[in-house]
Amino acid sequence: MKELRNPAALRRLLGDIGEKARSLGRRPRLMEVCGTHTMALFKSGLTPLLAEAGVEMVSGPGCPVCITPNGIHEAAIAAVTEKEGLTLATFGDMTRVPTRAGSLQTAVPARNSRLRIVYSPEEALDEARRDPGREVVFFGAGFETTIPSIAFTAKRAAAEGLRNFSILPALWLVPPALRAVLEAGEAAVDGFIYPGHVSAVIGVAPYEFVARDHGLPGAIAGFEPGDILLAVRSVLEQAVEGKPRVANEYSRAIAYGGNPVARALMDEVFEPFDAVWRGLGKIPESGLRFRKAYAAFDAGARLGLGTADPGRDLPGCRCGEVLRGVVRPEGCRLFGKKCRPDSPLGPCMVSFEGACLIHFKYGSPGRSAS
Amino acid sequence: MCLAVPAKITRLDETGHGTAAYMGSEVSANFSLVPLAKRGDWVIIHAGFAIAVMDEEEARETLRLFKEMADASDR
Repeated sequence: MKELRNPAALRRLLGDIGEKARSLGRRPRLMEVCGTHTMALFKSGLTPLLAEAGVEMVSGPGCPVCITPNGIHEAAIAAVTEKEGLTLATFGDMTRVPTRAGSLQTAVPARNSRLRIVYSPEEALDEARRDPGREVVFFGAGFETTIPSIAFTAKRAAAEGLRNFSILPALWLVPPALRAVLEAGEAAVDGFIYPGHVSAVIGVAPYEFVARDHGLPGAIAGFEPGDILLAVRSVLEQAVEGKPRVANEYSRAIAYGGNPVARALMDEVFEPFDAVWRGLGKIPESGLRFRKAYAAFDAGARLGLGTADPGRDLPGCRCGEVLRGVVRPEGCRLFGKKCRPDSPLGPCMVSFEGACLIHFKYGSPGRSAS
Repeated sequence: MCLAVPAKITRLDETGHGTAAYMGSEVSANFSLVPLAKRGDWVIIHAGFAIAVMDEEEARETLRLFKEMADASDR
């Protein structure tokens, strides 16, 4: 797909975008919901080019590591430090989130317990199969992109009758969070770039309320520079014409109906509840928890971990406001000073999708990319 | 964490597991979420699971659009 990085085509798209932004007569502000889009925008150098064309991009809440409140991270730390003979398996950037109890990486495991970084939840399941005497907990954080694979793993464990495997869920749904951002009104956005891979599972329809109820345009985008510019152009075109909708500019990967097999699996294992997000607070039906039939796999209940208390951010951390799109990373006085990738004070400086880490690495003028 | 990569299925067994080629290397993956996928199809892989089968027709259409824009800018 190197054609989607063709400089001549990208220049042409930027030209179109500049023209449409001018005809709007104001500086449009678009939220890229997904942290992987934030990364793609900065890494490719599109952010300053879009600013020159008159478009301001603002990051949204699309970083599961970031929006998981510290209370859940602290529950994971409690599991590995207090229970003996336990493996806590999780994705790499979950291990560095700083809390009042330290991070998973600085935590000293209990006797015969350990922390294990995995790429797929199936690796944790494999360990539970191989070692029936060991308690294996998968600390799974993710949006709709990741949830089906976690649901698959739980269903598989149930089918095999595994009694030493459980999951600590930190599972988040994107559309309710968008509704919360819009209802709060403080982000003042003119349109959305919708996440590409979340949409592979949920499809196009779940975003339609944004156009219908809030009159705002939006487009689903892929992750090549050309994909993102196509989506930005589409959003501005909708704004100019006054006809907001959900455009699918990633049609090679996203079907209108998403992936019904993946959704059915999510729905079989999990049910929605009113979850508390870092920065956004409690949002109706925005998180998933185990249904009764799968309650045995809920690590929180099984190990007696307190996951209901959202906990507290470290003093001074403004990650929550960054996630709402109301403060830029540079607007936090800790940014780049006390809070850096090698000494993070909040998850936005830890995750590869965290706006603070991305701004630190690629964003600030005069700082070389490291 | 919603980082995902396009890869071409190179092996697929009856348990839904297999391998896919991605930028010159082979990765193991679970294809249970895309039951209609077959060897040779392009899929999107995230956290070890294929979550979508790519539509080659749509991919060609996007490439055509970019080629057109590149050609128009060159003139």
